[in-house]
Amino acid sequence: MKPAPFDYVKPASLEEALELRRRHGAESAILAGGQSLVPDFNQRLRSTETVIDINGLSALSSIEESQDMISLGAISRYREIETSALVAEHAPLLKMAIPEIGSPAIRNRGTIGGSVSMADPGAELPACLCALGANFELARAGSKRMIAAQNFFTGRYETALDNDEILTRIDVPKNRVGFRSAFHEIARRKTGYAMCGVAAHGKVTHQSVQNLKMVFFGTDDTPMLAVNTISVIEGCAINDVPPAELDAALSEDLHPSDDTHGSAKLRMHYAKVLTRRVLAQFVSAHGEE
Amino acid sequence: MTNASNDNHLFRPNSYIGRTVPRPNAKRLLNGRGNYTDDTKLPRMVHVAFLRSPYAHARINKIDKNQAIKAPGVVAVVDGHDIAEVCAPWVGVLAHLEGMKSAEQHALAIEKASWEGEPVVAIVASTRALAEDALELIKVEWDILPVVTDMEAALGEDAEIIHESLGDNLAWRRTMDAGDVGASFDHAAHIIEERYISNRHTGVCPESRSIVADFNSADDQMTIYQSTQAPHMMQSLFAKHIGLDTHKVRVICNDVGGAYGIKVHAYPDEFATVALSYMLGRPVKFVADRRESFLSDIHARDHRIDTRVAVTANGEITAFEIDDWTGVGPYSAYPRTSAMEALQVLNFTGGQYRNRNYKGRATVVYQNKTPMSQYRAVGHPIVTMITEGMVDDAARAIGMDPLEIRRRNLIADDAYPTTSASGLPFEKLSHQASLDKLEKMINYAELRKDQAAARERGVYRGIGIATFIEMTNPGVASYGVGGAPITAQDGATVRLDANGNTTVAIGVTEQGQGSETIVAQCVASALGITLDSIKVITGDTDVTPYGGGTWGSRGAGIAGEAAVQAGKALRENILEVAAIMLQTDADSLDICENNVINHRDGEVRMPLSEIGRICYFRPDTLPPDFQAELVATRHYVPRQYPFAFTNGVQGCYIEVDIETGLIAFKKYCVVEDCGRVINPQLVDEQIRGGVVQGIGGALFEECRYNDRGELLNGTMSNYLLPTMTDVPDIEVAHIETPTSESELGAKGAGEAGTGAAAAAIMNAINDALSPLGGKVTQQPFTPERILSAIGKI
Ligand SMILES: Cc1cc2nc3c(=O)[nH]c(=O)nc-3n(C[C@H](O)[C@H](O)[C@H](O)COP(=O)(O)OP(=O)(O)OC[C@H]3O[C@@H](n4cnc5c(N)ncnc54)[C@H](O)[C@@H]3O)c2cc1C
Repeated sequence: MKPAPFDYVKPASLEEALELRRRHGAESAILAGGQSLVPDFNQRLRSTETVIDINGLSALSSIEESQDMISLGAISRYREIETSALVAEHAPLLKMAIPEIGSPAIRNRGTIGGSVSMADPGAELPACLCALGANFELARAGSKRMIAAQNFFTGRYETALDNDEILTRIDVPKNRVGFRSAFHEIARRKTGYAMCGVAAHGKVTHQSVQNLKMVFFGTDDTPMLAVNTISVIEGCAINDVPPAELDAALSEDLHPSDDTHGSAKLRMHYAKVLTRRVLAQFVSAHGEE
Repeated sequence: MTNASNDNHLFRPNSYIGRTVPRPNAKRLLNGRGNYTDDTKLPRMVHVAFLRSPYAHARINKIDKNQAIKAPGVVAVVDGHDIAEVCAPWVGVLAHLEGMKSAEQHALAIEKASWEGEPVVAIVASTRALAEDALELIKVEWDILPVVTDMEAALGEDAEIIHESLGDNLAWRRTMDAGDVGASFDHAAHIIEERYISNRHTGVCPESRSIVADFNSADDQMTIYQSTQAPHMMQSLFAKHIGLDTHKVRVICNDVGGAYGIKVHAYPDEFATVALSYMLGRPVKFVADRRESFLSDIHARDHRIDTRVAVTANGEITAFEIDDWTGVGPYSAYPRTSAMEALQVLNFTGGQYRNRNYKGRATVVYQNKTPMSQYRAVGHPIVTMITEGMVDDAARAIGMDPLEIRRRNLIADDAYPTTSASGLPFEKLSHQASLDKLEKMINYAELRKDQAAARERGVYRGIGIATFIEMTNPGVASYGVGGAPITAQDGATVRLDANGNTTVAIGVTEQGQGSETIVAQCVASALGITLDSIKVITGDTDVTPYGGGTWGSRGAGIAGEAAVQAGKALRENILEVAAIMLQTDADSLDICENNVINHRDGEVRMPLSEIGRICYFRPDTLPPDFQAELVATRHYVPRQYPFAFTNGVQGCYIEVDIETGLIAFKKYCVVEDCGRVINPQLVDEQIRGGVVQGIGGALFEECRYNDRGELLNGTMSNYLLPTMTDVPDIEVAHIETPTSESELGAKGAGEAGTGAAAAAIMNAINDALSPLGGKVTQQPFTPERILSAIGKI
């Protein structure tokens, strides 16, 4: 299919982009990597009056380091993040997750800002950024605000982003001493979306895991922090987390539903399998030290 | 016909037969210089988009076209009534499928739509985008009707009847009863019953269906550019339904980006495109987008089969019984029908085994889903799944090794000619040799050891074996006798030009598999020339001899033979001229590497360019009573056998992750016997590509519907195709048992890979799961189905 007609503008500065956004609001759409937006347009699932292409805004494409965090410009490509030495050192969870996103062609174009703005319930990075406690900078003409990743995702394909805003930057706290990350997902095909996945980050010692953030994707409308599961895990020695309690907690935390790739039952089963894989990884990671 | 003899050019040392040579068209395609139907751009050309039914079954009360007709760029808005005035309806039945019934089908639905995606209104505009914009302005008032989705419920008492004129939803039913099944079951040591399910999937062509129709009213000439497998068939059909003489319709088929049987059918939207060009007197283009491809391309393989097999304590299979149900959408496809899959399931099941007791029934019903019909390896994946599933069922019941039970029951290599229990004639097959070869190739004994060791570690691996038969080189029995304008013969015209180069025009088409390469190899070998001096022309009904096109694994076996015979005939003509010019006997001469040579010592006497020069520019130097003929045409159709069966065996070794239900391939081997191998690389590619499509059906592909008859996964992100990262290396080996019906001896190879892959994979999964007491019998074998088979979810 062909997209419905739209106007196309490619602003040269962020100010110009924000001004366009202010003027067109709900009748505009931001074009980043285009890997979700363009297919939606082409299938006429979505249309807009004005497409604002932000690919020319070099200010949004940097990956920088400050004292206790790294800042990723919204149009940082998956591929740039995957190969960034800063990310590898300070936010290894992102580096673990990115190879699981689509195929190389998609990772060459797709952006971190596009991924979180799209808020696909099956996407990897929203879950990772929640697990890492990232903060998002949202700009509108004349002002800016920061929002925690956990509060940004409000529903299936829904976010806290207003029509006149642009997501400009993502701040990820640097890995602290003793903290470990784990990432696992299960997909029908290597190059497709996962049926269920988990991003985990916490302080791992030889006895236990503390300060754990364990966030599932593919199970709920938004990335789901598994609070009950976390308290079961944190509440006992890492080597003997009681399986029955773990499974019961997961059943409380997650609310999967059926779709064409798998039933709710299957996704819940996978969440259990993945949780064990995360724990096994923490145990062996600790053993390496 | 004679078989390979000593002075046969096909098999002399420098022949191209049996050699891997590069495809002459590969460079062009890789350079982006292909010429697909969508590359056709004609003056005054307009584009059509179709409003398709959003409902699986709904009456059309009113169509309001007023807004759409006024939209920018719109040239015409046409509904079913309008189009019916220029395009006659059709009924997809064939006379030899006795008792088959189907309803009249129109290019655009009239009165009601019977599947989600059926074309209802055509919008013609200056661009496709504008046509789609206008499409949103059409208002249709629908009355939603009850739907028939489940194939068995379709014949239930209270089922909605889709076409009242038919009386019920039964399309066709046939039974078969050979030998004495009852007695065999009475005396069997074990009887194993099972239900197998093959879910609906489709052939996803990289290039979607595409057509440009260009009617020139000044000379009453319809020129059609179409991505098709059967140009002459389409010529007949378009002529018939638009009401033109056949010679007034020219079908040109340039490059085709994959077809797999999907492009061998006549589609309502393509008829509509041709009718629109006729109405408007200008070129009209239709290129299906991916969504409408999923909704309107032929689907296939939706079958439920109850099976029963009888086996003696020492492993002799003494009876097969099947009851096959299939739901084929609301209309039988045209002109090949939607019953061939069921027919082949009924005819071919158990065909590789000695057993003489066979009973079967096939039931084909209508339902409100996309029409089903032929897709690569028509019926074979189902046949092989149930046959090889039953054989493994029997082996497990008596505790016999799967290779051993096959060895005991396969038709012996020295038993030919023979027939199957269902009456299929087999000229000569090589089941035993193929099985022996596979056993070594896959290293069967070692795998069994590895499997046992892995089980000790809680790792579940399995070996799956699937022997198969494949129908190739179809003769007139397939369609011609049923009254369809589908020719089983093919023709080749070979012409020497004034510079000594050769042009071959042939009825088969090229759709990416290398037909043109094969044809060039056949002509070059028969004529004695080099490949670089040949140009092959396909896909133009005004230019090529009348031929069936490319389907049914017929290209190499049928068109290849026509090419060989045409090449030989031209060689004789050339040698006749050469003999006159050289004042010698034609018998003492031969052609080799573009030269006329002495047969005896190979001495070069004259280049072919000299023959061309004399015959075309200086015929005055030849005797006055002699006329040279540097063009020869030959046709070929197999007559002795209704089709040439081939055979082979696939084996795979897989690991099932019993936590996730995901499968990893550890080894995949295929031994196949397509008779004479003309180009080993092309045959291997056919086998590999076929296996990949088989893996698609086995593990990923499934058209999923809800109970309102709506397709739930009509996009490339939801309809899962296997990608490069999902398929294993596939090792291919050959046994060559040429058919003696033709000089070339080639049978087909295009469908063998697809036919047996699902069976091999199913048997491997079930072998892996056997210690856990689980078994899967429903394709695709998804993680969900595997995990529920072993009670994990
Ligand atoms: C075949 C295929 C497979 C895929 N597989 C995966 C997968 O496995 N996992 C996965 O996570 N994703 C997958 N994707 C989606 C891919 O990751 C997309 O790139 C991503 O979802 C969107 O990023 P983008 O930069 O392309 O954004 P776009 O498509 O340009 O935009 C997406 C949405 O976000 C909005 N937007 C983009 N940037 C901003 C911004 N800075 N501020 C405000 N709004 C903005 C757009 O307006 C649009 O609504 C796949 C895509 C394809 C085509």
